[in-house]
Amino acid sequence: MRCHAMPDIPGRRKPTAGEDFVRGLWKENPTFVQMLGMCPTMAITNTVVNAIAMGLATLVVLLGSNVFVSMFRKRIPNEVRISTYILIIATFVQIVDIGTEAMVPETHRALGAFIPLIVANCLLLGRQEAFSSLNTVWRSALDGVGMGLGFTLGLVTVGTVREILGNGTWLGLRVMPAAFEPWAIMNMPPGGFFAFGLVLLGFAWFKDRQKRQSAMREALAPLPVARPALQEVGA
Amino acid sequence: MTAAIGTSRALPVQDEGVPSWKLLLTLTLAGAIAGLAVVLLYQWTLPGIEAYKAGVLRVAIEEVLHAPQRADTLWLRNGTLTATRPSEADVRRTERVYRGYDGAGRPMGFAIRVVEPGFSEAIHLLIGYDAATRTLLGMKVLESKETPGIADKIEKPVFTSQFAGRLAPLAGIKASERERLGRDRNAVLMLTGATISSRAVLKGINRAIEHWQPYLDAYRPPTAAAAIPAPPAGGRN
Repeated sequence: MRCHAMPDIPGRRKPTAGEDFVRGLWKENPTFVQMLGMCPTMAITNTVVNAIAMGLATLVVLLGSNVFVSMFRKRIPNEVRISTYILIIATFVQIVDIGTEAMVPETHRALGAFIPLIVANCLLLGRQEAFSSLNTVWRSALDGVGMGLGFTLGLVTVGTVREILGNGTWLGLRVMPAAFEPWAIMNMPPGGFFAFGLVLLGFAWFKDRQKRQSAMREALAPLPVARPALQEVGA
Repeated sequence: MTAAIGTSRALPVQDEGVPSWKLLLTLTLAGAIAGLAVVLLYQWTLPGIEAYKAGVLRVAIEEVLHAPQRADTLWLRNGTLTATRPSEADVRRTERVYRGYDGAGRPMGFAIRVVEPGFSEAIHLLIGYDAATRTLLGMKVLESKETPGIADKIEKPVFTSQFAGRLAPLAGIKASERERLGRDRNAVLMLTGATISSRAVLKGINRAIEHWQPYLDAYRPPTAAAAIPAPPAGGRN
């Protein structure tokens, strides 16, 4: 049976568990770097609470589907892998939907609008294709948690900009002076694009600054002392 | 040396792929396991979910009918409202309304469930309604998946508090026509940025009232009529 399998790359160092986890938080952040899951990023980040709720719901589905896809990766033929992954993702979304409705109905009432949106998040299928179908269950679980937290971080960052400018509050608490006139557009879909653009600009500036500082440090580092040639020593 | 074209020697086939039956089996098994998991979870959690929904409905009836002493379920059977509960098989598909009574046994109005497609999914509402005066007594959103932060304002008091005392059929007005609120007793201020959702609420309420009005007008309490004191003149139905 032809299956999706991790190609062996000789000489390549295997990433540590910590690297698998951290990758989604910063280096390959789903929102800022991979730019996946833009629909929820624009749609529901008008408040920080919404962003947290969506991020955590996605994390649960991502973790569950990553683990399952990885567990059965050697059994799923390459030709039907997309259909199977979609089925696994949709099942987890449904399980989270029913589970929260039964166990924490008040939370489900607040999350109700977000959960079905998770099915359409290309981050999930992207991780199954790029990672879980190639790696062990443990590494896939770490990747799922890292990516889920990274996605939550991205949503919360955009939500912070929108809530502060759109309502003058953060997590419902007033942070702007009473004289501040809220920017109504930030609560609407165009506000999502503006805020996301601002956050991306900040992210790119920060990464560029880090890169320049690192280059400066390398340039200023003292040159290694040259070892005397053997002939000279011998002479 | 390459083989001449037209010779009987076949080109080697590198990979014939997975047999079709294996692909079919994989998808069938995945579907069956997924279906089983969802159905089992649904069956297991259903009693809890229904109990919660019943509790939400009880609270909503109390809210839209302004704390009735009791509320009776009336079932629409054979074109008439009756208090007789249908068989268990028919309960789910039988339409119903709730009639509230105050401490003295006087009717306080009907609570009617409304379902209308909104911007995202169906919006479920409960309205309190006085059929005799065609006046709304209140409105509460039972379930909605409208866009959080924008269209979910239909659940907030800024919108729901407008309905008590309004006459049916309702008419939605824009913010620029605000002065009509005091003049027109059927006017309801629509939500800026949530036009589709607020319009859906009004449309659903108007449709539900149009549907139920003949049955509510024709409803006469069966034997309890003698026991329950007649409402005062001009009072609620």
